[in-house]
Amino acid sequence: MNKYLVENLSDIKSLQQLPTRDGYGKGLVKAGEKDNRVVVLCADLAESTRSQWFLEKFPERFVEMGVAEQNMATVAAGMANYGKIPFISSYAAFSPGRNNEQIRTTISINNVPVKIAGAHAGVSVGPDGATHQALEDIALMRAQPNMVVISPCDAVEAEKATFEAAFNGKPTYIRLGREKTPVMTTKKTPFKIGKAEVFMEGKDVTIIATGPLVYEALLAAHELEKEGIFAEVINLHTIKPVDEKAILESVKKTGAVVTVEEHQIMAGMGSAVAEVLAQNFPVPVEFIGIHDSFGQSGEPDELLNFFELTNPFIVKAAKKSIKRK
Amino acid sequence: MIDQEKIKELEILANKMRQDLIKTLVEAGSGHTAGPLGLADIFTAFYFHILNHNPKNHLWEDRDRLILSNGHTCPIRYVAMAHAGYFPVEELKTLRKFGTRLQGHPERDKLPGVETTSGPLGSGLGQASGIAYAAKMDGRTFRTYCIMSDGEQDAGNTWESAMFAGKNKLHNLTAVMDRNNIQIDGMTENIMPLEPLRQKYEAFNWHVIEADGNNIAEFIDAVEEAKAVFEKPTLILAHTIPGKGVKEIEFDYRWHGSPPGKGPEDVWPKDKQGEAMLKELKAIETALKSKNE
Repeated sequence: MNKYLVENLSDIKSLQQLPTRDGYGKGLVKAGEKDNRVVVLCADLAESTRSQWFLEKFPERFVEMGVAEQNMATVAAGMANYGKIPFISSYAAFSPGRNNEQIRTTISINNVPVKIAGAHAGVSVGPDGATHQALEDIALMRAQPNMVVISPCDAVEAEKATFEAAFNGKPTYIRLGREKTPVMTTKKTPFKIGKAEVFMEGKDVTIIATGPLVYEALLAAHELEKEGIFAEVINLHTIKPVDEKAILESVKKTGAVVTVEEHQIMAGMGSAVAEVLAQNFPVPVEFIGIHDSFGQSGEPDELLNFFELTNPFIVKAAKKSIKRK
Repeated sequence: MIDQEKIKELEILANKMRQDLIKTLVEAGSGHTAGPLGLADIFTAFYFHILNHNPKNHLWEDRDRLILSNGHTCPIRYVAMAHAGYFPVEELKTLRKFGTRLQGHPERDKLPGVETTSGPLGSGLGQASGIAYAAKMDGRTFRTYCIMSDGEQDAGNTWESAMFAGKNKLHNLTAVMDRNNIQIDGMTENIMPLEPLRQKYEAFNWHVIEADGNNIAEFIDAVEEAKAVFEKPTLILAHTIPGKGVKEIEFDYRWHGSPPGKGPEDVWPKDKQGEAMLKELKAIETALKSKNE
């Protein structure tokens, strides 16, 4: 196991559980402490996006926008144009969902460093149902030139991602989850935007995961190990720019791939990986993700199982991918 | 009050902008005619009198910001910028052509001095509000101006921004609405009635001034009045004539998106349109100059 990760990872009861949005809240405060150009805008969701924590510390640099995501994007674009470092906070379904064109024109084409935090992404939002479970936000954001796309695996990584994004000088999307999920990384785990991390080394199949489902990928790798199958697990926290080198290095060794994400399979992280492989080193790829459907109400665990995103399904996909070699 | 001599000078300059606009559009073979002709006086007033700017240092921190929301009218902005010294007048010939810095809709990343990328309507007022808000946070004294169309008052984003600017009392923000009553599909009041615009903005906590947008002196007075308003952002409802300066096309919405050479043929055949418009503008130039002597 990776020496930079939390010990006894397969013992879920021993792990701390935190939502990635908490990491965002902490990262905002840290970035705000370092640089007073950092401003936070929020569309009437301060508490649930954790931008509240920034508001409490720096009320003069917090801007309440009301339920107006389109205006939030354009106002932030203006602020970034002036020289501020604005973070805009809402649910991913609304931002970048509702304000996609404003992000495209006034942030991406303008090429100004606005940071878009899309909270409550994926079906693990739970009871709120399909309208609030963003499953196409990665697709929207990765198709925009100039945009960096990050999907942190846990709260600790989300804090690092938020802090680093503040100072990368680029339009950046940060994808966050609502639910408490296992904390796998520590302060010492390396994190650099654009650089994928190998969380577990293996030789038979590469499991590339993003977001909190990285934990399910690790559990799947443990299960496979019991059967003598050694999976390499990569945390692809930055979906754009995608770390081609890390992917190819691993896949040249293993020759088979499974991608894991809480997002539509179409145009998501798995597609980004497939684009790299198809052009450089074609091998079998199995996709764990949402198969062209919307989410629905239910408990997060229930939904993750219903949509076949948990470790037993990853194990099955890994075996299938290996068989197709 | 601005002196009469300066006004005359600006009027002659605005006429020159119109002539260059027509030449530029003919060369480009596409682009908008009516809106830019109507806005020639306003852009002349901005670049040659109102704005505190430096064409040789377009990123100067204390410059006034001029945000163009209705990006399709950019040809007149380009003409004014070229004459103000942002780039060679000769470059106007490249408008809308492959590899040009003068994109069909303006891009911040391509042409120094263009403050924001625009074209998709309804997004300029928000960006201008963001700049004004940030400037206010930092106690900066430059002013932010946003030119927008009446057609883009159809867009929800515009009203979200109007609410935001009113809430935050952005007194350093002046929006200028090009109230020319036309949009692509017809007259604004038929497409989606906008009136009463003054009362709407007043209800959103704006100070509203109505002015003749083709009267440079009156427009400059309105801009000056806005500077004296401290508790609210100001909207200048600038009533303009689309196609202003070329009698035959004034008020004709069919000239919204057609360049001379590709417009409706009821007055002139296509190949005579550019020439005819220039002739008319020349005649106005002669009249203005003789009045001046």
